[in-house]
Amino acid sequence: MTQVIKPKLIDENGIRLDGRGPTDLRPLRIEVSVLEKSDGSAYVELGKTKVYAAVYGPKEAHPKHLAIPDRAILNCRYHMTSFSTDERKILGMTRREIELSKVIREALESVVFLEEFPRSAIDVFVEVVQADGGTRTAGLTAASLALADAGIPMRELIAAVAVGKVDGTIILDPSDIEDKYGEADMPIGVAPESNTIVLLQLNGKMTKDEFRRGLELARVGIQKIYQAQREALRRKYGASTTEV
Amino acid sequence: MSFLPLKERSFTIKIMSEKIYKLLQQGKRIDERSPYEFRKITMQTNVVEKANGSALVSVGSTRILTGIKVELGTPYSDRPNEGVFSVNAELLPLASKSFEPGPPDERGIELARVVDRCIREGKAIDLEKLCIIPGKMVYVLYIDIYVLDYDGNYFDPSVMSAMAALATCTIPKYSATGERVEGENIKVPIRDVPLSATLGIIRDRLLVDPCLVEEESLDTSIVVCLDSASNVVAIQKNSPGHIPFSLMESIINVAEEQISKIRAQFKEVVGIG
Repeated sequence: MTQVIKPKLIDENGIRLDGRGPTDLRPLRIEVSVLEKSDGSAYVELGKTKVYAAVYGPKEAHPKHLAIPDRAILNCRYHMTSFSTDERKILGMTRREIELSKVIREALESVVFLEEFPRSAIDVFVEVVQADGGTRTAGLTAASLALADAGIPMRELIAAVAVGKVDGTIILDPSDIEDKYGEADMPIGVAPESNTIVLLQLNGKMTKDEFRRGLELARVGIQKIYQAQREALRRKYGASTTEV
Repeated sequence: MSFLPLKERSFTIKIMSEKIYKLLQQGKRIDERSPYEFRKITMQTNVVEKANGSALVSVGSTRILTGIKVELGTPYSDRPNEGVFSVNAELLPLASKSFEPGPPDERGIELARVVDRCIREGKAIDLEKLCIIPGKMVYVLYIDIYVLDYDGNYFDPSVMSAMAALATCTIPKYSATGERVEGENIKVPIRDVPLSATLGIIRDRLLVDPCLVEEESLDTSIVVCLDSASNVVAIQKNSPGHIPFSLMESIINVAEEQISKIRAQFKEVVGIG
């Protein structure tokens, strides 16, 4: 019955529990075409957060009455494995997973040329294998790569990252423990070429100034993730001849 | 699985979107409002006697009813000294032709979770005062939101009605030993009143409190929730589309201005704010 004591998340030198500074990303690994059967897939690892994404389609919309005459429908499922969290997650979709499926779908819809595929469906599956904070943003990062890997025409990729506030400091890429005991968590999905926000949520308390600084810090993280996404595509599909 | 909502994003919507944008450039709206003007807001509390707390809030013809039922239960093991609350939302089929019977779909779940975040992160309730016996017995508040009539923007009136219902909610008094103190009630201890404002975005223009026609024609929209000290406590971009980084500053400022107006009215009707 003891109340859980909040650990000190940042020491006097500004070092976080896992040794990072406030503006550091965790080690990032990105690969595309990691699953055999899907039309496109990607794997994103951010520290201990491990996420797969797979895309099926464009294909015939099922059930048929869901089809839209002038464009494709985009379906998205964000899901976590039962063993991805400290305590076993119940099987099936939780309310959280349903909400995150919606915001990820809406972010992807912003960049996919759905009008290219009337009456069709594109299915996007995000599977969180291990959750250590930032799963929806890692999932969105992976999902946009999986769409690209499937050859689906897109305006651009989406890179996503979370920023947080712990012990009064604005930090990049909060881990699970920093999210749990921190004061705020703000996941952001960005279309880096047009410099627009396609996913934005905030859970926690920030002053207006902290919010501004959080957005700025997110842009720094986004650039790193975007570079890693492009490198992953180049590794698979060869170097592009022109600098994008 | 999240499905694309079946709204006809057809050429009629593109025409309407263009019309709304042109009006915005002249500082106008299709329903004669100015860009930064909410529809008429009305708030009524204690509208359902059998609920411990209730409120009916309308913004234009969008109408939301929130009721709170209180039960006794056990606290979460990691928060033994705190009461518990949970938020549910239903988009009733009588409110719109686009709402269907059945368990809450992703829109209802999103609404409930965003209102939950406003209340939780805005530290609206002093949950420690809702503890009766630490680790054993606490008050459990079920905050249930029903959309009765839907003409766009169900987020802001939902937050208002949830807060109004909480602020007027009475619960039976229990002693520290867990005995009912007959005939005595207490109020839900309110620490802060977080309130939200929904903004619509068309290209480089903003508007507040979109009505249904506007909502269907927007590029995208965002819900911003602030506490009484104007801290940002919750944000949800709640539809597809892009928000330019350059608009974020005005989004927060416009939200702050709107919320302070709503707060003044909330204070007048409910007594706190």
